[in-house]
Amino acid sequence: MKHLLRLLPFSLIALLAGCGVENLSALDPRGPVAEMQLNLIQLSLYVMIFVIVVVFSIYTFVLIKFRERPGDTHIPKQVHGNRALEFIWTTIPILLLLILAVPNIMDTFTLAETPSMSATEADGEEGEGQEGMVEGEDFITVQATAHQFWWEFEYPNLDINAGQDLYIPTDRRVEIVLEASDVVHSFWVPALGGKMDNVPGITNEMWLEAPEEGIYFGKCTELCGASHWLMDFKVVAVDGDTFDVWAANMAEPDEAVVSGEAAGEAAVEGREVFESNCISCHAVGDEGSPTGPNFTNFGERQVVAGFLEPTDENLHDWIRDPQSLKPDNEMPAFSEDQISDDEMDALIDYITELKVLEED
Amino acid sequence: MSNSSAAQKSVVWDWLTTVDHKKIGIMYFLAGLFFFTIAGIEAMLIRIQLMFPEMAFLGEQTYNEVLTMHGTTMLFLAAMPMFFGFMNFVTPLQIGARDVAFPFVNSLGFWLFLFGGLLLHVSYFTGGAPDAGWTAYAPLSTTSEGQGVDYYILGLQVSGAGTLMSGINFLVTIVNMRAPGMSMMRMPLFTWTTFVTSMLILFAFPALTVGLLLLMLDRTFGGAFFDIGLGGNVVIYQHLFWIFGHPEVYILILPAFGIFSEVISTFAKKRLFGYSAMVFATMIIGFLGFMVWAHHMFTVGMGPVANAIFAVATMAIAVPTGIKIFNWLLTLWGGRIKFTTANLFALAFIPSFVLGGVTGVQLAMSAADYQFHDTYFVVAHFHYVIIGGSVFGIFAATFYWWPKMFGYRLGEGLGKIFFWLFLIGFHLTFFIQHFLGLVGMPRRVASYLDGQGFNEMNLISSLGAFMMAVAFIFLVVNVIVSRKNTTNVTDPWDGRTLEWATTTPVQEFNFAQTPLIRDLDALWYEKMNGNGKIKAAEPLDEIHMPNGSILPIIMSSGLVVASFGVIYEMYLLIALGLLINFGCMFVRSIKEDHGYHIPVSEIKKQGGES
Repeated sequence: MKHLLRLLPFSLIALLAGCGVENLSALDPRGPVAEMQLNLIQLSLYVMIFVIVVVFSIYTFVLIKFRERPGDTHIPKQVHGNRALEFIWTTIPILLLLILAVPNIMDTFTLAETPSMSATEADGEEGEGQEGMVEGEDFITVQATAHQFWWEFEYPNLDINAGQDLYIPTDRRVEIVLEASDVVHSFWVPALGGKMDNVPGITNEMWLEAPEEGIYFGKCTELCGASHWLMDFKVVAVDGDTFDVWAANMAEPDEAVVSGEAAGEAAVEGREVFESNCISCHAVGDEGSPTGPNFTNFGERQVVAGFLEPTDENLHDWIRDPQSLKPDNEMPAFSEDQISDDEMDALIDYITELKVLEED
Repeated sequence: MSNSSAAQKSVVWDWLTTVDHKKIGIMYFLAGLFFFTIAGIEAMLIRIQLMFPEMAFLGEQTYNEVLTMHGTTMLFLAAMPMFFGFMNFVTPLQIGARDVAFPFVNSLGFWLFLFGGLLLHVSYFTGGAPDAGWTAYAPLSTTSEGQGVDYYILGLQVSGAGTLMSGINFLVTIVNMRAPGMSMMRMPLFTWTTFVTSMLILFAFPALTVGLLLLMLDRTFGGAFFDIGLGGNVVIYQHLFWIFGHPEVYILILPAFGIFSEVISTFAKKRLFGYSAMVFATMIIGFLGFMVWAHHMFTVGMGPVANAIFAVATMAIAVPTGIKIFNWLLTLWGGRIKFTTANLFALAFIPSFVLGGVTGVQLAMSAADYQFHDTYFVVAHFHYVIIGGSVFGIFAATFYWWPKMFGYRLGEGLGKIFFWLFLIGFHLTFFIQHFLGLVGMPRRVASYLDGQGFNEMNLISSLGAFMMAVAFIFLVVNVIVSRKNTTNVTDPWDGRTLEWATTTPVQEFNFAQTPLIRDLDALWYEKMNGNGKIKAAEPLDEIHMPNGSILPIIMSSGLVVASFGVIYEMYLLIALGLLINFGCMFVRSIKEDHGYHIPVSEIKKQGGES
């Protein structure tokens, strides 16, 4: 019986997890942070189901037992109160809340303990070395800057700037430093862990881990303007070796890929179009401006502009008229006077071939 | 100065100039109902837009405007004014007073609220409503294009000034104007919650005023409070807003708690169980309401210490709220429960609000809130407490006090159809949104992409919302077709409190003789231990009444003119508006107005009791 009772809410959650989409739902955690949070949610659910059952039982009993029956005109006894009862329903809730408050406080502090904090502690005090984590080996740091309406991911110690897709290794913890360039945004990857805000002028820190390889949905959760709903990103978790290759190629991309030579003549022509139109906002490797998303691995984007399938047609429509697809974003439209249809084809050939991971 | 001057006024002029708390109460209620209808239509637009993925029904910008106006209107212009309507009408009657302490200020408070609300809605016709959410977080609000956010700031400043005045007025009224024998611990619970709510208004609204003022200075006068490039800090605005914003949700729920206490005790035919515990629980909730604002900001990066403290403080609110729930249940226990429409809303409140309350405790857990925050889970939670609490309270009070306020009873048949449709629609709309949030849907999104598992749940939610809209039509129909139910309107529910001892319609002086209060539930006490009539505390004598005044409307218009000046940066207009306002104050100060007296013969003619 006891066993069955324990199973019940678990299966409830499992049932609910079925509603969501894999790698998006907070009910189907894919990392230790989301797991910790789901455990807390489950614990609170047990306690709350207990409360609900108690209240609803009394409620149902009272409504049935003491309903007015036809012809009944008696005057009920006017009761003032009952000290003992009032004492009971004051103390029991306090105890229930303690059951929730203690683990919550512990988790709140655990989640605030970023790897770099542990690292500093380890440097400062000997004997607590097991706490210490080494940058690069045990964790990596990513600075996630939110813009209207896209995400910039810088890896300060790896000399990388990436746009939209956040690549992380499965074998290391990820410290995320959150900033914003315009208004308040919020960084959320439900399957990996809870969110934290990107606040202009303030630097926030959080950490995540993704032990399984996969592509996880990320979202902005703070109203940030017209295209708030389209401010999605992807977290791409790859094994440690792949990540190291990715990082090395991102930091120093192959010259032949950057120039377009590796992909043929059309791409070389596309590079020229890119240099005369796009480079003032988008960078490939070291060349270009960080105003817009970095293009070094554009060919490996999961989606374009956060939500469009990366087809040639979508790219064409996007460059011609970004405002109708994603209102109020910062990208200007490029008419046929600026980029002819032929040039557009070349440009798309070029950017879709910008890849840093070897194809197997 | 003549007593017959009132009779000679035209009806319109009478209502425009009235300082009678009952007429002001009715105007508050009707204006609130008007804004409730507008905000309800906005809710329907939102649910149509979200019915299917990637809908282009509204468009992003319009969606954000509708979303902002729905929240702002519901909280500031619908729920609060409707409660103010009941407070105005009922509280003076419940404490045996002839009017509120400051009838002129009461009128001014109403007109400021109404004109502020209308000013906000002008924005729809001048190039776009505010679009930064009802919270208007900087810098989204400070950088928002057009005049929408300016209308939001000025509209709320003007109506907020009215709210603050009304709050102070209620406090003074309840402290000073109780009838002989009406000690604080004999006050009906609705009066108590009015008192605590007014206290919250007194301390909470100044924080909003400051927050909005800083926004205004940033937007219109080149301030840099929230401009990080010039050393500003955007988190300060969030703190100011929530120092107001959290007490605001208790401003919305406490009057409902008062209403439920009256309604449940009346229809269970029992004295409220644990009266003093209920009073203290109300005060503790009011106090703690000021200690928990930062739980709206767990993800803003305050650090684990602040998060842990605010988490525990927030959880603590569950204790007094639980006390209340159990006291209501024990009030019902052993009673003779009559299922009128008013009572159905009060009874449906208990399970609905418990569901909203338990998710409130879950949200209070900071580490878990990192997942809940700004998702549809939060949307579900606050609709459970605001609809399941405040709106059910408003509807319970509507059916309960309607006969006293309007002189006819609302139909019970139509009322019950309205109740069931609304209740089922409400749960259909919002229960599923808990899961929508947990499976990854953020709030305040103008749409959602297909293939994320949100489609079915959003469709169900929208269907529930339409059901609530249909239910509301039944209420409107009820109001129109029930007008003939004019029998049994003086004390239709076998009431317990003093307002049911008045005539219907209530005479302008409320009580011919100030009543003598001998116990809690004054009327019930007389029904059980006396002749069913309230005893008089004074001999019949002529009654001193205040004169009406047109100045409140002119003053409020002056502030609206000044607001347009600020919105469009026309400094002469600001000066003109303030001149009108201060001019009226000057006139009011120097012009002696002693009011008028109703002679004994007139009181007797109007059927003064005893």
